[in-house]
Amino acid sequence: MTEKDTDSSPETGSDAAISRRDVLIVTGASIASAGIGGHGANAASSVANIEAPTAQSAKVRLSVNGVSHLLEIDNRQSILDVLRERLQLTGTKKGCNQGACGACTVHLDGKRVNSCLTLAVMHDGAAITTIEGLKQGDTLHPLQAAFVEHEGFQCGYCTSGQIMSGLACITEEHAQSVDDIRFWMSGNICRCGAYPGICAAVRATAQDA
Amino acid sequence: MMPFTVAQVASEREAITSAGGGGRYIAGGTTLIDLMREEVERPSSLVDINRLSLRHIRLERNALVIGALARMAEVAAHPEVRRVHPLIAEALEEGASPQLRNMASIGGNLMQRVRCPYFRMLDAACNKRSPGSGCAAIEGVNGGHAILGTSESCAATHPSDLAVALVALDATMRVRGPQGERRFPIIDLYRLPEDKPHLEHTLRPAELILDVHVPVQPFAVSGRYLKVRDRSSYEFALVSAAAVLDVRNGVVRAARVACGGVGTRPWRMPAVEAALIGQRPTRANFETAAAHATQGARALSGNGYKIALLPRTITRALEMAGEKV
Repeated sequence: MTEKDTDSSPETGSDAAISRRDVLIVTGASIASAGIGGHGANAASSVANIEAPTAQSAKVRLSVNGVSHLLEIDNRQSILDVLRERLQLTGTKKGCNQGACGACTVHLDGKRVNSCLTLAVMHDGAAITTIEGLKQGDTLHPLQAAFVEHEGFQCGYCTSGQIMSGLACITEEHAQSVDDIRFWMSGNICRCGAYPGICAAVRATAQDA
Repeated sequence: MMPFTVAQVASEREAITSAGGGGRYIAGGTTLIDLMREEVERPSSLVDINRLSLRHIRLERNALVIGALARMAEVAAHPEVRRVHPLIAEALEEGASPQLRNMASIGGNLMQRVRCPYFRMLDAACNKRSPGSGCAAIEGVNGGHAILGTSESCAATHPSDLAVALVALDATMRVRGPQGERRFPIIDLYRLPEDKPHLEHTLRPAELILDVHVPVQPFAVSGRYLKVRDRSSYEFALVSAAAVLDVRNGVVRAARVACGGVGTRPWRMPAVEAALIGQRPTRANFETAAAHATQGARALSGNGYKIALLPRTITRALEMAGEKV
């Protein structure tokens, strides 16, 4: 099943409750082991062939939402993949994986970036804030609450990126008007077209700030 | 993505030595990582230059100097840049997205690779990616392609807005390599595709971009950048124009015009500039001068509209610059 990161410390959000994601992982794994049969061994060895020459990795220290992690990281891993696959912080989404959609937006050393185009090995010592780092206890961050209030989403897939980008937009003072917000939020695509709600949420939060 | 090693370097000398051994420089990585994931680029080693002290932005005696590692966002927001060269700030802010501008370096912006869709499609013919394989764009989808400087081998445009602004402003670039330091006009960084489109630039092996020097001239405060595209932000140019005007006693004394989205490299427009000298800055005179922009232009099946759009874009950019003199 899923391997725990023995080298990541400490575990964040280690509730005993089984999440929807855990159920999906478990289900997927049992289907895979039940269904593949004889091909299982081939698949495993081809993975080994790909992995073998990549001893290229490094120890990297990342502070994520104030929690420090020391991780052995493959050079090819993006910060997005480290967040989702190693630290189980799946609030940050993988959309296009090529820097075009903004779903993976996080704050890296205080600035919004596309985490999909950011190699983790190049950011030893960095401080990262993700969507999971915004709420205070059980209280939503004002911008999160504003997204609910102004219906800044439909399917919700782009929302964490929109919120991280919107927050930066406000601190950069690029939320002075709806036109301003539209220009400075253009790196975040919403395929449901919830833009009016997104702009309203960012504008309202900027005005209250 | 193919496996690769990453060398962290602390000095220019170390960087150049690592690159001399076959490593590729990486700073923001916004182009390179994307292309590596697509396996269009397959470097076996990267040289991470982010620790080098090349992030300076300062006004020297007669030039604005911008370090190769300064990020697009910080250059665009820099008060001195906005004051002496508003054209540079505007060209930067019209490019990419806020997230990408926080990541992308000035050196990397100038070295970014083309956005031709076939360049990224491993099973399509592309002389730039795979020399001698042909060009799928010339008979294919080419609405975004160049009308100036094309060849039978390639018609991809250079995508940098910043490069257009710097070419208009006669900027130079300082580089250092195994043979030492040299400085040259930024226009000379870019090659025409001719029959070797895989050779895109004139940097020698292991040469590292140190900084960009932009001469400061009082009339540069009139500089404007107009970018025409399919949506109003976060999109590459169909046609763009950088325009700077020096108007004294109601007459144009000097003009700088360069365009993007139309050439296989950033395209300076000397014939347009010459036609403006001594003229009054009126729309009619701008139109007459801008008509020179399409000399030698050649359209493909899908980009003929650029021959009409180019002079109109220049005319409007000149009007915008004219409002600031």
